[in-house]
Formats: sequence, structure tokens, C-alpha cells
Amino acid sequence: MLTTQFLLLGAVLFCIGVYGVLARKNAVMVLMSIELILNSVNINLLAFSVRHGSVDGNTFALYVIAIAAAEVGVGLAMVLLIYRNRRTIALDDLSEMKG
Amino acid sequence: MIAADLLVAQNVGFGIISLLMIIGAVRVVTVNNVVHAALWLVIVLSGAAAQYLLLSAEFVAITQVLVYVGAVMVLFLFGTMLTRARIGAESDLNNKNWFLGIPVALLMLGVMSYVIVDGFGSERLIENSGDMQPIPIQVISDDIFGPYLLPFWALSFVLLVAVIGAIVLARKD
Repeated sequence: MLTTQFLLLGAVLFCIGVYGVLARKNAVMVLMSIELILNSVNINLLAFSVRHGSVDGNTFALYVIAIAAAEVGVGLAMVLLIYRNRRTIALDDLSEMKG
Repeated sequence: MIAADLLVAQNVGFGIISLLMIIGAVRVVTVNNVVHAALWLVIVLSGAAAQYLLLSAEFVAITQVLVYVGAVMVLFLFGTMLTRARIGAESDLNNKNWFLGIPVALLMLGVMSYVIVDGFGSERLIENSGDMQPIPIQVISDDIFGPYLLPFWALSFVLLVAVIGAIVLARKD
């Protein structure tokens, strides 16, 4: 196995996730795209963990998974709150803080 | 690199799994139904767990299945069902300027691919793929509770705050 193949897979998933964050309007879909980005980072961390013969990459990957779980919990709570107040979760309708 | 190296079982498995993952990821960002997108995301996350197994990271793969495919997916489906009256195709999931995302993503992919191929080329991940040993959980725990104890404490605090924050935000009062 080559290092490049894992890094390229991570890069492809990352770019698809970035496209999703930019293109989607629905807040839940944006959160899903962020999950794609975090997973691509995890693949890179584990590939480098094997490459350097060190266990640190596994530790970091576990931390990333935990942070992602917390982020999804808080993010969906915010989405529910926005939905309760506005009856919509379209992100471009939330423009009160626009300068 | 000789051609015979390309056909070891690990590479074939990698190719099939990554093809599934990329198709699933593209469907996640293009499909017009939030529930379908969540189910495509399950394929991507399970594929990532399989890649972790290929990288001999068994504990991370199991955690991925438990946390992502188990907990996070249920959260997404709950969020979908609580914020939408009907389960079905929607036509307005995208921004009106959604096409601007395509050149941005392609440009990033081009730059990153060039840098990765230029930097690592045909370098092997490990000299002999048969030498890859699964990492014992004991070693991971020694790492977490040794040099990375402080981040672990911070992480516990973040999780606590996230739980309290989610309760406070979603509470009806």
C-alpha cells in the first residue's frame, strides 16, 4: 500500500465536504458535510500513524471522533432552536447579524 | 513499483471501499432528500471504518462504528424528523449560488493532489504490508493517559459543556 492512496482519498472526501458546506442551504445537510470533512482528516491521521510507526495518530483520531460527536450534539440542538423560533432551517434566511 | 504490487488483496479492498465511499460522499452532497443523504452518509462512515481496519487501527474502527454509525446517525435522523413536517424530496436544499462551490472544490482538490503526489510519490506506507501489526488497545490507553492526558481532560470538559449546552438549548421553557 502506498501513502499517496490514503492521502488522495482523504483529499477527495475533504473537497466533496467543502463543496457540501458551500452549496447546501439546509443546516442539517451542512452538518453532514462537516462530518465528511472530519472523516477525511481521520483517514489522514491514521495513515500517518502507520507511516511513522507511532500510536499518536490513533489517539488523535479518537479525540477527533469525540469532538465531532460533541459538535453534532450542540449543532443539532441549535438547529432545533432555530426551527422552533423561525419555522425554517434555511441558513440564508438567518441574516440578522449581516452587516 | 512493479505491477504485481498493485494486485495485493489490501489494494483491491482499498479500491473497492474507496470507490463506494466517494460515490456515497457525492450522493450526500447532491441528493435532494435529507433522509436519503443521511443513509448515504452511513455508507461513507462505514467505509471509513473499513479503511481504518486496513490501516490496522482496530480500536478506532470500532469506535467509528459505535459513535458515528450508531449515535451520530441517530442524532441526524432525529434532527431531520424534528425539523421537517414531511419526509420526502425537497427542491430547495441548495443555495442559489451553489454552482460556485464546484470550482472551489475542484481547485482545492487539484492543489492538494499535486502537493500529495509531489511530496509522497510512490512511497510505501510500510516496507512490507505483511508486517502491519494491529495496535493493542493497551498501547493506545498508555498514550491517552500518558503524554496526552491534558487534552483528554480538556476533551472531557468539552463533552460536559456540550451535553449541558444541548440540554439548555433544546429545553422548552
